[in-house]
Amino acid sequence: MSGDTLIDIRGLTVEYKTSAGLLGSRSQRTRVLEDFSLQLERGATLGVVGESGCGKSTLANSMMRFVEPIAGQIFFEGRDILALDRRELRGQRRQMQIVFQNPFSSLNPRLRVKTIVAEPLITHLDLTPAQLEERIIELLSEVGLNEAFMRRFPHELSGGQAQRVALARAVALNPKLLILDEPTSALDVSVQAQIVNLLGKLQRDHQLTYLFISHSLALVQHISDYIAVLYLGEVVEYGRQADITRAPRHPYTRALFSSTPQPDPESGRERIILEGTVPSPKDPPGGCRFHTRCPQVMELCRHKKPKAHATEAGHWATCHLLDAELESLQGVDAS
Amino acid sequence: MTPIGLRERVLGRWRWMAAEPGSASWYFKRDRLAVFSLIVLAILIMMAVLAPLITPYPEQGRGSPSIMDKLKPPSLEHPMGTDPLGRDLFARVLFGARTALIAGFSIQLISVLLGTALGAIAGYFGGIVDETIMRVTDVFLAFPPLLLAMTIAAVLKPSLVNSVIAISITWWPWYARIARAQAVSVRERDYVRAAVGIGVGDRMIIIRHILPNLMTPILIQATLDLGAAILTVSALSFVGLGVPPPTADWGAMISEGRIYIQNGRWWVPTFPGLALFITIMASNLLGDGIQVVANPQLRRGSQ
Amino acid sequence: MSPASAQPLLAIDDLHISFPTPRGELRAVRGISFQVEPGEIFGIVGESGCGKTVTGRSILGLVPQPGRISGGRIMFQGSDLTAMSQAELRHLRGNRIAMIFQDPSAALNPLFTIGQQLLGIMKRHDPGKRAGHLDAAVSLLADLGLPQPESLLDSYPHQLSGGMQQRAMIAMALAAEPDLIVADEPTTALDVTIQAQILDLLVALKEKRGVTIVFITHDLGVVAETCDHVAVFYLGQIVEQGTAREIFKAPRHPYTQGLLAALPSPDAGQDALKVIPGSVGDMVGDGVGCAFAPRCEFRMPHCDRQTPTLMPLGGQQQAACFLYDEIGEGT
Repeated sequence: MSGDTLIDIRGLTVEYKTSAGLLGSRSQRTRVLEDFSLQLERGATLGVVGESGCGKSTLANSMMRFVEPIAGQIFFEGRDILALDRRELRGQRRQMQIVFQNPFSSLNPRLRVKTIVAEPLITHLDLTPAQLEERIIELLSEVGLNEAFMRRFPHELSGGQAQRVALARAVALNPKLLILDEPTSALDVSVQAQIVNLLGKLQRDHQLTYLFISHSLALVQHISDYIAVLYLGEVVEYGRQADITRAPRHPYTRALFSSTPQPDPESGRERIILEGTVPSPKDPPGGCRFHTRCPQVMELCRHKKPKAHATEAGHWATCHLLDAELESLQGVDAS
Repeated sequence: MTPIGLRERVLGRWRWMAAEPGSASWYFKRDRLAVFSLIVLAILIMMAVLAPLITPYPEQGRGSPSIMDKLKPPSLEHPMGTDPLGRDLFARVLFGARTALIAGFSIQLISVLLGTALGAIAGYFGGIVDETIMRVTDVFLAFPPLLLAMTIAAVLKPSLVNSVIAISITWWPWYARIARAQAVSVRERDYVRAAVGIGVGDRMIIIRHILPNLMTPILIQATLDLGAAILTVSALSFVGLGVPPPTADWGAMISEGRIYIQNGRWWVPTFPGLALFITIMASNLLGDGIQVVANPQLRRGSQ
Repeated sequence: MSPASAQPLLAIDDLHISFPTPRGELRAVRGISFQVEPGEIFGIVGESGCGKTVTGRSILGLVPQPGRISGGRIMFQGSDLTAMSQAELRHLRGNRIAMIFQDPSAALNPLFTIGQQLLGIMKRHDPGKRAGHLDAAVSLLADLGLPQPESLLDSYPHQLSGGMQQRAMIAMALAAEPDLIVADEPTTALDVTIQAQILDLLVALKEKRGVTIVFITHDLGVVAETCDHVAVFYLGQIVEQGTAREIFKAPRHPYTQGLLAALPSPDAGQDALKVIPGSVGDMVGDGVGCAFAPRCEFRMPHCDRQTPTLMPLGGQQQAACFLYDEIGEGT
């Protein structure tokens, strides 16, 4: 990756404790992310895609420090945000904001739009009431809402309008990073398109870096510069959007592509249907974590963890099939 | 992954129906019992406030005896009769309403403020703060409230203020529990996380985001408990640990009057008892009504 | 008796459903007509509030309170559902029409095992044989791709994953061998790889068992991959219908075109998505004129005054749009 890295996540490990039994006597630890590393380039969009249990929301929550990882570092412009104390963290928060999936649950139902958008401004800046009002109007117009919305309550908004308000609040302090956790999943198709376009405009106007989390590969492909495909707490494939779209290297990525329904009955593509379900993160399979569902599973995959194989363009995947490819390229006979 | 909540999905484009500003009062108005209770309570409050203007015997209401008129049955002059000291019972019941309502509302106010604040703090911060506050709460909840209140009242000097204090001490833990349970669920909502993400301080998060969103169940419970609070004040007075004479108090009036029922002077304990009954019923029915309005799942009967 | 093939299994004719609200009558469904042939998957697609869910529920006689069917007929195997008593409807729901929901926990009782629930339905449907039910249940679960059906019968719903619960619910819907299944967003809550499994299963059920399905969804991709015929709903009306092939190959109504263009696709790169301006309109009111006109880029003066009806466009495709008025009249 180029020198201009905004976020550098190294060896991040997050555990959840779940207690069972009387008085929590049998407390269980679930590793949702294990030794997880990822970089975000400044001004670019990194799309993170994966199914439930892959750890994508935990990633967002750790970056916002809603959960405390047990190991690893998250460097933001070279500064480890996991090492910040409460006061430093509150200052750091100006630089990074999060937008949630359900716009109605992310807006306090008792507050008017004006108060909601004002909150970050009041918290970090010292504005006069007139300046505050002016800035709120400016922010609302940036997300395509007019002054009249200031007096509305969240329940008086449509889903799309509510998500616009959440975006206005998120960009109010000109952050450098926006974490977008499934920001359009609760919206209708026609509204999703409006929000996706608005995200593009905001990114250009504010030079924002996006971490875009979604379960929809099609959406991630549309919006991202780079894509990371997650499976059970690990990145199985990472690369430029164009590289992954043209030539996905991991069998899981290929299955995701083929599982996504296409609005074209004549596409005639072959469908790879994965068997079974994602194993529980409480008890992840050994070897390659994908081996229980992989259509191309080999004996090796059951006990040996695959290494990352990168191309020159920085497109890498963790799969034993790529070992074989490499070996055959080098002319070594695989016995 | 889960799209907007089931309710939003089912209602879809008609979300506004549930959110229609008029709809809460629309449902409330259909609950005739609740509306009736609200009117009864309003009349009671009016009568308590205007007591000296309503009765021709305000001095007797405050306690001056008129021994010549003792134990007269109800008549035009004394609609509820007179008590053993010759005081007009209607005047005493009116002034008793002052005691009951002042004590009841004070207890609710103190308990709700104290309980909600502690519960919200416990629920929001969690961990050791939560443990400490809630264990203290448990200690108070381990005693029967009336017995605890009687013990405290016996230690303090009998007075209106002291019985309010005694009862409030036994009362707040219930609100702390409700508030904590609500705060724990509100704390996990996205708008609270958004505020944490913005860098808003804990105090402002509690005031602006947690408290307003946990008040609904607290206010319902407070309305439902108003009757119980008044009843407990009366119970303390009944056993002589409450409001000292000559201040009018329904509990004390029932207590003092109960022996007269045997020799035909039924009116002496009956009218204060009736007043107590009406007040408690009204506050319970009003609480039920508010609960139905606030909780749409209970609305089935009013379709 | 008319020949079975000539008669549609389900024929909805000018259906109206409305809800009283403090603001006035909310007309959720405004004159919908369509026919479902036996052995096909019929897709109903639209955004939230288009009336697709209420329409689906009306087929089972389950219009949520205080809504009511205010006009039209729902003919199922030749008899009118709207004229039936509650008891008749209950019998129909238990035996001839079944429903699959988005949320399996809404349909599975957490206190009983899958086997108890499945056998209960089978017994009620066909009380005669008893021993045969267990075998039938096992083979049904196996048909649905559930591993170890015997042990599954003894499982409680919470012991199953989301995809397994969804299959168990489909098994319960199939247990009474219904003639029609109404599936309301059956895969929306599932992961894509699990969704692919369930969609595959539904198509296989249609092909192997001849099951007829009314498939309600907001996802155009899902419709394209599973359905034979499609009706596109907008504000309680059908704006376009036809075979899936016709509609996805050449959408004719501006709304259908807009929806398809609004989908993100990897080929489009990072250009802005095409957007349908504004938002879905209001359902209260008389609804004069085309409901989509306020958002339509081809809006013409008479779109506001007259309501377009479905016009034939050749093949089985029809669109309710004045752009095709002349084609319909053949002038």
